[in-house]
Amino acid sequence: MGNYIPNTPAEQQEMLKECGYSGFDDLYRDIPESVLLKEPLDIPAANSELSVRRIIEDMAEKNVVYRHIFRGAGAYNHYIPAIVNTIADKEEFRTAYTPYQAEISQGVLQTIFEYQTDICELTGMDASNASVYDGAVAAAEACEMCRDRKRSTILVSGTVDPKTVSVVKTYSFGRDVKVILVPEKDGVTDLAALKELLTPDVSCLLIQHPNYYGNLEPMEEAVEAVHASGAKLIESVNPVSMAVLKTPGEYGADIAVGEGQPLGMPLSFGGPYLGFMATGHKMMRKLPGRIVGQTVDCDGNRTFVLTLQAREQHIRREKASSNICSNEALCALRAAAYLAAMGPDGFYETAVQCSSKAHYLQEKLAEAGLPPVWPDQEFFHEFVTACPDPAKVLGALASEGILGGLPLPGGRILWCATEMNTKEEMDRAAAIVKEVTGA
Amino acid sequence: MKLVFERSRAGRGTQYLPENDVPRRLPKAQLREKKLHLASLPETEVDRHYTELAKQTHGVNDGFYPLGSCTMKYNPQINEEMAALPGFTKIHPLQDADTVEGCREVCDTLEKYLCEITGMDAVSLQPAAGAHGEFTGLLLIKAYHRERGDVKRTKIIVPDSAHGTNPASAAMAGFDVVSIASDDQGCVDLESLKAAVGEDTAGLMLTNPNTVGLFDPNILEITRIVHEAGGLCYYDGANLNAVMGIARPGDMGFDVIHVNLHKTFSTPHGGGGPGSGPSGCKAFLAKYLPGKGAEGSIGDVRSFGGNFLVAVKALAYILSIGREGIPAAAENAVLNANYMKEKLKDIYPLAYDRTCMHEFVICLEELKHQTDVSALDIAKAMLDHGIHPPTMYFPLIVHEALMVEPTETETKETLDEAVRIFRDIYDEAVKNPEAMHEKPLHTPVRRPDEVLAARSPVIRYAFED
Repeated sequence: MGNYIPNTPAEQQEMLKECGYSGFDDLYRDIPESVLLKEPLDIPAANSELSVRRIIEDMAEKNVVYRHIFRGAGAYNHYIPAIVNTIADKEEFRTAYTPYQAEISQGVLQTIFEYQTDICELTGMDASNASVYDGAVAAAEACEMCRDRKRSTILVSGTVDPKTVSVVKTYSFGRDVKVILVPEKDGVTDLAALKELLTPDVSCLLIQHPNYYGNLEPMEEAVEAVHASGAKLIESVNPVSMAVLKTPGEYGADIAVGEGQPLGMPLSFGGPYLGFMATGHKMMRKLPGRIVGQTVDCDGNRTFVLTLQAREQHIRREKASSNICSNEALCALRAAAYLAAMGPDGFYETAVQCSSKAHYLQEKLAEAGLPPVWPDQEFFHEFVTACPDPAKVLGALASEGILGGLPLPGGRILWCATEMNTKEEMDRAAAIVKEVTGA
Repeated sequence: MKLVFERSRAGRGTQYLPENDVPRRLPKAQLREKKLHLASLPETEVDRHYTELAKQTHGVNDGFYPLGSCTMKYNPQINEEMAALPGFTKIHPLQDADTVEGCREVCDTLEKYLCEITGMDAVSLQPAAGAHGEFTGLLLIKAYHRERGDVKRTKIIVPDSAHGTNPASAAMAGFDVVSIASDDQGCVDLESLKAAVGEDTAGLMLTNPNTVGLFDPNILEITRIVHEAGGLCYYDGANLNAVMGIARPGDMGFDVIHVNLHKTFSTPHGGGGPGSGPSGCKAFLAKYLPGKGAEGSIGDVRSFGGNFLVAVKALAYILSIGREGIPAAAENAVLNANYMKEKLKDIYPLAYDRTCMHEFVICLEELKHQTDVSALDIAKAMLDHGIHPPTMYFPLIVHEALMVEPTETETKETLDEAVRIFRDIYDEAVKNPEAMHEKPLHTPVRRPDEVLAARSPVIRYAFED
């Protein structure tokens, strides 16, 4: 039975004696008698490693693993080169704590510095933090960066992922900040409605591009309208799309955020994932969480350290820019290792294949009787089709080992294709759909 | 060493994807014009880059890591293998419920065990870290008072010894923070607490054992005072490792808690994360928990169900050590701390000289006064001996503090060797104080210029083009 306690019972007794204690009970004299547990915990007895393996493998086997996935909606199935796992499994990285002692943490610190550089490059921004919990939290934290005494209302486009909206609302409940949803029109943000809602108390607009439906938003018009009103614009992006799409920096967004999972993190039933955040020089000191900076050591060697810590909870306590302490450092390392392995050409090719395959799938599904809901909208790797009976279509696909798109209210399905989907697989999916629809 | 971008040579790389088998299609407009700089490296170079970086990183497996308050215990390998099962890693979070029964079982089982260990009635695995769990728990307290129409309860009481995340989380949840002084034993000063509570008290946040490593013997009185004033009691589970299986926060009078799976339950810290900070509560607050879709819930605090793979690792750990191993881990964590404390206290003055829990705090104010050797100097000297230093300058109520947490997974020999090194360093500090300011001498880099880093921030690599 593994309890990972190396000292033998005899050694433990010897140590107790050396310290002047007659037994373990002596160590707990400060705990009131009435609070001490009298019975063993009601959890199973210790298990051997082999038994633990059996128990947990049995659990894993109860899940259905799909080899063919056309579902995204915030979690994306991408190829992860083997080297990414090798790097993330290195025990020095995996078992280290936050790099407080720079002299023996240069490895972790440099990987974060390189990650920050990658995120700035992807988003076209100047400054990135070391990560937050996930993309939705990144959006919520960005909203907080924009708030000030005069401007406290947050606008969120109705085309933002509903999970992100939910998290922004939860964080806003904390700060007692009002959140208003901007209506959608034709699958994108309703610009006319947005302009109406941009009152002087609005601090920011959170917009997602490509949006929840996969559609490209009218970003230029949105940025112009928001800035004209004196508010800030937060753009949530899919990092893979950044290889081909115009960046938040190019649009003039104030903050870029997003879910970093597509950069080398497996689907993993929702986590651990990676929230990235980047901004311009102006708002750099409002970023939450850790930031790694470059400096020199006393011998003049390039050295990396945690920096701008005056923003953080361990210094500023209730006046900190955020409460974040632990982040998603190993996921940030995964993202950096993924980008280093793929390189500019491989990463660009990934984005091209995502877009190409999604467009191919859209055509095939249309031929199979599932027409796009917004045929005129430009999209990246997700799109929505009409579907009178989503359960029937998705059931037919599932019975062939294919995870179809995500059913949306109103007889619609949100589909996603990535570099993982082959032409053959898409043709087969379309054929199954066709049989159901009778098109 | 070189940055990954400085190793890069245009045109180099490894192709991981097959050729595109459908017609090339990109959106017609809104395309990127700005050049995207990423490193171009063959796989051999990528591998060597990260291997070199790993060599410049100190993890738990590289040596003793007595970083107080962080519970740097050994991270069992079986946990990693279980979390890497394709039956978990390849599951889309939005799959239909009948295809994720195994994931559900992992979560339900872990939630049940965490309830039992903490004495709570319900747990949500959604919070992704300890501070995230604190924020969540405080929103539960807020929702509870709001629903009762008790809107004047706007204040959260936090001892001055608390982790910085406590007041920061309270502020994020919209509360005003009332800091109360600790008594001369580092525990909650009951008179200060009585004076602080009132009709505006939403709750109290407490770590117990507290941040000086002591179990507050007045715990029942403390939670009673807060409850009688109409407030709720929040338990910061950062230090649960000292008492798990021995005593439960739920039996001490706490209503809401978080636990750190990445401390107490052996999941690795990953150089800063991912962690997992499940929130637990008593039945009367259960409906407010996030991620459960219950009527009245505070909503989600992140997407999906939480850091699921971390939950798998924690479950593997609990199944491995079982009901006997949990209190045994606590007892040995406390024993190892007391053992080191007793072997050091004749030269390293203790902030509080009594039986400690899983960690103890050294106060080097006197040494600093006499020799100008600071807690920082002592800590930096340890780096030359392959030991990760204790937590420095925390808690804030102890000057020149070093907080030592050996954990239960270290052998007696490791503790003895660390004690010898601690003592040698002290001797050197007394004999040659000047030299201490130069430490460390043998690390990959030496003391960094942190002022320069903050004054002229360079936080990304600048490409030439």
